[in-house]
Amino acid sequence: MGAGHAHKLYRHGHSPVHALPPHTKLAAVLAFVVVVVSTPREAMWAFAAYAGLLGLVAYTARVPAGFLLKRLLIEVPFVAFAVLLPFVAEGERVGVLGLSLSVNGLWGAWNVLAKGTLGVAASVLLASTTELRELLLGLERLRLPPLLVQIASFMVRYGDVITDEMRRMRIARESRGFEARGVRHWGVLAKSAGALFIRSYERGERVHLAMVSRGYAGSMPVIDEVTASRAQWSYALALPCAALVVCLLGWTL
Amino acid sequence: MHAPDGFINAPVSAAAGLAAAGAIAVSLRGARRELGGTSRSSAAGSGGERTAPLAGLVAAFIFAVQMLNFPVGAGTSGHLLGGALAAILVGPYTGVLCVSVVLLMQAVLFADGGLTALGVNITTMAITTTIVAYALFRGLVKVLPRTRRSVTAAAFVAALVSVPASAVVFTLLYAVGGTTDVSLGKVATAMVGVHVLIGVGEAVITALTVGAVVAVRPDLVHGARGLRQRLKLRVNGELVDAPATSEPEPVPVAARSRRTVWITGLVTSLVLAGFVSFYASANPDGLEKVATDHGIDQKAEEHALADSPLADYGVEDVDDARLSGGLAGVIGVGVTVVAGSGVFWVVRRRRTDDRRTAAEADSGSPTDVGV
Amino acid sequence: MDPVSTASLEVSGLAFAYPDGHQALFGVDFSIARGERVALLGPNGAGKTTLVLHLNGILTGGTGTVRVAGLEVGKRHMAEIRRRVGIVFQDPDDQLFMPTVREDVAFGPAAAGLKGAELEQRVDRALGRVGMAEFKDRPPHHLSFGQRRRVAVATVLAMEPEILVLDEPSSNLDPASRRELADILRSLDVTVLMVTHDLPYALELCPRSLVLSDGVIAADGATAELLADDELMRAHRLELPYGFDPRSVPAAPGRS
Repeated sequence: MGAGHAHKLYRHGHSPVHALPPHTKLAAVLAFVVVVVSTPREAMWAFAAYAGLLGLVAYTARVPAGFLLKRLLIEVPFVAFAVLLPFVAEGERVGVLGLSLSVNGLWGAWNVLAKGTLGVAASVLLASTTELRELLLGLERLRLPPLLVQIASFMVRYGDVITDEMRRMRIARESRGFEARGVRHWGVLAKSAGALFIRSYERGERVHLAMVSRGYAGSMPVIDEVTASRAQWSYALALPCAALVVCLLGWTL
Repeated sequence: MHAPDGFINAPVSAAAGLAAAGAIAVSLRGARRELGGTSRSSAAGSGGERTAPLAGLVAAFIFAVQMLNFPVGAGTSGHLLGGALAAILVGPYTGVLCVSVVLLMQAVLFADGGLTALGVNITTMAITTTIVAYALFRGLVKVLPRTRRSVTAAAFVAALVSVPASAVVFTLLYAVGGTTDVSLGKVATAMVGVHVLIGVGEAVITALTVGAVVAVRPDLVHGARGLRQRLKLRVNGELVDAPATSEPEPVPVAARSRRTVWITGLVTSLVLAGFVSFYASANPDGLEKVATDHGIDQKAEEHALADSPLADYGVEDVDDARLSGGLAGVIGVGVTVVAGSGVFWVVRRRRTDDRRTAAEADSGSPTDVGV
Repeated sequence: MDPVSTASLEVSGLAFAYPDGHQALFGVDFSIARGERVALLGPNGAGKTTLVLHLNGILTGGTGTVRVAGLEVGKRHMAEIRRRVGIVFQDPDDQLFMPTVREDVAFGPAAAGLKGAELEQRVDRALGRVGMAEFKDRPPHHLSFGQRRRVAVATVLAMEPEILVLDEPSSNLDPASRRELADILRSLDVTVLMVTHDLPYALELCPRSLVLSDGVIAADGATAELLADDELMRAHRLELPYGFDPRSVPAAPGRS
């Protein structure tokens, strides 16, 4: 596919993980996360094993640990929530450092933190090794409704264009001495949002015109097809399979 | 509030995923009708082929506008969630699609919100907000006098209610599949309380934005359509009526009534669900309180457990897992019924569409696929 | 069809109003012969873009007819009409809606059923004609404005149209990109209708011009003569750039 889109999380590279067909990666990550979520929270070692598996993938994909960890910050609001859990949850309580904490809440906090973190890490690995264009092709290949994929690809194509329009509108506002400082200024901002909507909608109409002008009649012509060999599938699915073994051990042990 | 993985247990996440898939399937159909012919290029290719670019651009708009900061003061700021705005501006089906696509891309591209929680996130943030907002908006617009101000007022109320409604649905999902035993009363109070506050902000921004669009291009506000006048053309100085075909056909009556049924049904079930959740969360707590006060704790607990599985959440883990599994099953059945009827509906629509397309192929007009 | 007697484009009695009540066209008549390069001049808001959207049936529902190579624009021949009329829109961002240049240029031919090597060849040829072959795998938003405009022309050329319609081709271009585009347009052997208010560009490229003003054709004639008619120019808000004298510039050579 050559040099396609580059999005914020994508890191260009030529590792074996980068080379895998996108739909195999999507399927693998989804299966992995499902396995992680179904693991009993008491099996703490299992989560360590999952983290190890992801570490292995990150190493193969040559994604630096710092990059991965920085991206985990997206979880912070839920960390706050998790920290609250031991205080508000019901059930039997234990005293830690003079605080009365709910045992159940502690487990709950651990559960949310461990599973959430692993989920984010897996998604980050996917996003950092797969180009935007390929992700869309992968979603299409995984039988997502074509119309949904089309909507997603238009959103991706024009997301930057519209964000840019929004930025220019802000610059125009600020050039005329306007700076939004409080609720009083919401009217002006909302007018910008309204104008942005009109511009976006009208651009949508123009894009549609450009499309029908070139013979579009409801479905995207097939230009690229992604295929995966059996070897690639088994390579990609090694991750969720290994995770499944860990999960089953977690249930039985 | 993008829920991460592990926040809601696997069975309930899967059930929510199914529900979301069903709703999206229905919306994909509905959106074709909504975007059929709204605006300037009305008479052009009226039909489904407008859906992808228009919904895609609206999704990009929602994505961008979520980054527009509205300062609250003291260094904090809020932003739009956009469900209500999308529903009012482009209609409920397109609204569901756009917000769902935004959530999907946020999960896949930015790891924002867990992949397994995608169903939960779509159910709460895309489906609930859009449907609640649109139903309320339409109802209010019908009741209120036909002025621009009432459109704005209706948008305000719709957005105000849509956010806490989303919180209620989230609480409900949490009640069934939450991974921690927090008292439901607490979750509900916290979630709804916080979201009423957020809802006020959302309402103000949505109302102002809708007002701004209505002032300039009223024809673009889907929720306030049907106020257009008949066109006159002036040809070489003479006034001529525009041919009737140029009038963008409004949504067919049959389709509209079916849509009303659909929305009414969903809203009723949502309201019921919300009510039950509140009842289930608040009442058992009260009961328990009374029970402890009166020293009949032991007996009451068993009784509550037998009668209403939601009544007591502070039991042990294993029981809890089994319990929520069972509940998930019940929910799953309900969801399957909903998804099933959705699929049936889609199939029926497709069949009529196919017939129509075939008829058109005969008459040799490949661009006009349905209305 | 006889190439001599059949005009590439015939417009008669075209009137149109938008759903919001704004009427843009009030009865437009003109025709363009095969192989001609014609400029459609007019001030902002004269209805130029509205007229363009009628040429491939995107806007319909007013009165009057449009014929492309003898085919009447209407539901019956829509696919054929849209293949024959290639419109290059004003904003290349609207036209380039696919993730990469290659996919965008391939879109039209692929929609018409081309596949595999044939499709690839068509894409390469179209990109070659606008000198953008080496940008094949780039995403459009990484290109400069002039490059995007050229790719937009390629997307239409890939469909091998009967008539190429350009909406403000020179807008937002720096002088070098402007000249490059002119060279490309001159090298093409298709009928060209160029909608513009850039008068020197019209004079440079098009022997004949139409003036659209207030929704009707106000003048039709040799570009050099129209531009030299001061009264006509003033009446329709057309202004030449400062210091530009159409009489001192060699007019566009006719098609050999």
